[in-house]
Amino acid sequence: MAPGDQDMLINEDVLVVIPAYNEALSVAAVIHEVHLAAPRAAILVVDDASTDTTAAVARAAGAEVVTNVFNLGVGGAMRVGFRYALAGRFRALVQVDGDGQHDANDLPRLVAALDDKPEPAVVIGARFAGEGDYSVPRMRRWAMRLLARYLSGVAHMKLTDVTSGFRAHNRAAIELFARTYPADYLADTVESLVIAVESGGVISQVPVAMRTRLSGTPSQNARRAAMYLARVALMLLIAVFRHRAPRPAGESA
Amino acid sequence: MSGVHVIAIVAAVATIAVIVELSRRRQLREKYALIWLLIGLVMAVFAVSPGLFNHLAHSMGVKNPPDLLTVVASLFLLVVCVQFSWEFGRMEDKARLLAEEVALLRNQVDALRRDAEGELGQAREGSPPSVGSRPPS
Repeated sequence: MAPGDQDMLINEDVLVVIPAYNEALSVAAVIHEVHLAAPRAAILVVDDASTDTTAAVARAAGAEVVTNVFNLGVGGAMRVGFRYALAGRFRALVQVDGDGQHDANDLPRLVAALDDKPEPAVVIGARFAGEGDYSVPRMRRWAMRLLARYLSGVAHMKLTDVTSGFRAHNRAAIELFARTYPADYLADTVESLVIAVESGGVISQVPVAMRTRLSGTPSQNARRAAMYLARVALMLLIAVFRHRAPRPAGESA
Repeated sequence: MSGVHVIAIVAAVATIAVIVELSRRRQLREKYALIWLLIGLVMAVFAVSPGLFNHLAHSMGVKNPPDLLTVVASLFLLVVCVQFSWEFGRMEDKARLLAEEVALLRNQVDALRRDAEGELGQAREGSPPSVGSRPPS
């Protein structure tokens, strides 16, 4: 591996996990893009019990496919990915959404920002950090800001986009998350960062460009946005109490 | 003996009977059977001698004995509901874990089967290797 050569950083020991639920229209394009950006990386699609042809399309596009027995949500799908990576002795795991909103060309930069320290490291591809034009409804943006502010405090690091599903994890983070990745809605992105920090991990971010989705409907109506804000508030409240309480040792996954 | 007392006695006996029958058929776990059996017995005692309950209520400073019954019953049901939520959460976690494990195992079985078929094919004429992925080692 030649240092400085970004393409070379993505080796066979990097696993790209694409959690996909009914993304038959876009998943093949995502796989091809990832394959172009990182030809040597292994690609795993976790088909979260899709009712369309996601699994077949992904397999035809050359990805390894794990199909969930029933829908587990993004968190559950990712835990499958982490456990797969753990068994496969991968050095790094990169999560890329199956709807095509992430630009696979950013993959090498994300992996390059990872360090192979024994502490868990998570690198977030942040959407609001300057690159690209990405807009969300106001209420949702408030919720995201609230979360970002809270987590910046927890992580002692300025984080601008903590709900991004574009992330790289080192081996220590894979080992940690194979056991503890939270499955609850929203918790998968946010709570996982708290878990990483509490386990002595390091979180950083790399600005990435964000595109409009290739398929799927973004959750962007007023009622859902309000619900989202309410859940974020509740989650933060619970998180505050959780931090005050002594951490239960060996909490089950 | 008033109608209310008859109803109370019938309810208590029915509760105990149902719990005993369910445990006998192994449809109810011991830990649940025990608590409901206790509840049934307490119900039976108070149903048979309502005076005992009234005495208990008065000794606790409750002027209207049925109030005590309502409060105690509500609190007990609340505790039961919270306990069930907790139990459901744990069960859901376990079901998820099993589902994840099944998905991974199924993937491994498929990979092994493909390898086996590949070897068979290779023995015959040589088959193309898979691209873009690798099974967990």
